[in-house]
Amino acid sequence: MLERMANEIPRLFEYYSAIFLLKAMGTTLLMTLVGVGLGFLLGFVIVYLRQTPGLFWVPVRIVAITYVEIFRRIPFLVILYLVLFFIQAISPNASLFTIATIGICMMAIAYTSEIIRAGFESVPRQQIEAASAMNFSRWKTLINVIAPQSWPVIVPPAFAYMVSFIKDTALVSQIGVVELTFAGKVMNNRGYSALLVYGTILILYFLLSYPLTRLGGYLEKRFASSKDN
Amino acid sequence: MHHLKITNLSSAYGKNVVLTDVSLTVDKGQVISLVGPSGSGKSTLLRVLVGLTPPTGGTVEIQGELINYNSKSSIKLSRDRMAIVFQQYNLFQNMDVMGNVTIAPIKIKKRDRKEVEAEAEDLLERVGLADKLTAYPDQLSGGQQQRVAIARALALQPDLLLLDEVTSALDPELVTEVLDTIRRLASDGMTMIIVSHEMGFVREISDQVVMMDEGRIIERGLPAEIFDKPTTDRAREFFGKILRH
Repeated sequence: MLERMANEIPRLFEYYSAIFLLKAMGTTLLMTLVGVGLGFLLGFVIVYLRQTPGLFWVPVRIVAITYVEIFRRIPFLVILYLVLFFIQAISPNASLFTIATIGICMMAIAYTSEIIRAGFESVPRQQIEAASAMNFSRWKTLINVIAPQSWPVIVPPAFAYMVSFIKDTALVSQIGVVELTFAGKVMNNRGYSALLVYGTILILYFLLSYPLTRLGGYLEKRFASSKDN
Repeated sequence: MHHLKITNLSSAYGKNVVLTDVSLTVDKGQVISLVGPSGSGKSTLLRVLVGLTPPTGGTVEIQGELINYNSKSSIKLSRDRMAIVFQQYNLFQNMDVMGNVTIAPIKIKKRDRKEVEAEAEDLLERVGLADKLTAYPDQLSGGQQQRVAIARALALQPDLLLLDEVTSALDPELVTEVLDTIRRLASDGMTMIIVSHEMGFVREISDQVVMMDEGRIIERGLPAEIFDKPTTDRAREFFGKILRH
């Protein structure tokens, strides 16, 4: 068997196969970055909405909280199928990539909003009181006081989440998006041995997530040291 | 017309009454000190004045204008005239000294940055921190932080300065520098309401001393009257305990 694998290796890294794998890797990365990036933006909106005081905003708060609580509790694969069937019903030409990215985004909103909320809530109440005693509006307090102080609390779990989400995107292969895991299946079907193909896929996943982990670690250190510069 | 006129002000957290029928007037240039045991409502009174704790009754007029504490815009207007300094300084941890002092005038009052920064430098020099402009709060001692907090409040150009136990969180050797700063403000004619446990300082600096207990004002008068001839048993007991050491 080893001999067979050894013979396959040069073919696996031929131009066509290599491009196919790299493209799949790009798709995985792109879906993750776009999905989690948008998820972060919208997660921020969710946190802002659910912390808006006043009776008038009660329905909005309920919707925001319900969304977060539900989407954190259903499996990603189920969300993916729901998004797939819903979007295909309203827009049959939507690409699978778009559908997968929307699914990732919907999942990411729920998780990242909790990360952001924990970050915001780590800022002492007195900081907010000082701001409001100086007539800061809610938005200005958020931008000038709360957000800058909560990055150090938000960034480490955010990167941990993104890295773990790279792995979860493997589920997207179930709806036929040609990302890393799906590419592995394809290569396997083309006759390459499973061990070799998935071994390669494993390395590619590692190459994707390791730099992100390092970047997260770097930012964490920078936040930690920016306090005593 | 009084600079500040508080009439029958009350406040409560749920069923917990923290202020009952507090009436007080402050004239321009006066220094009023609030004294009394912890939990007597002194700090709450200041918090109600700046709209951080809602009142449950009574009225507050600043320079003849009634503050409506149910209206955000009315509270905002009143905050253009009053500034508060907190016991724990509450400096913004993400900004350096200059940032802390200038952010509200620049971002909230929309004043010219250059002008505000020049003023801030003057203010910081007045509180003895001209060499700390680029320091962050956690690089400063408590006394330095509190002086930055005072400069930050002054940068708002308030007509009335509220000081909430500004020396209570400080190490004893740092208290003097902050008290000196406040003395200078008083001699410059700043109108202030001071909550303090530094009785010697209160006696020296105040035009009037007001003693509170259980959310009510129980005694008021000139420092000498209050400290030397308190009329109520509660005040006698309180001063007896704290002035003995």
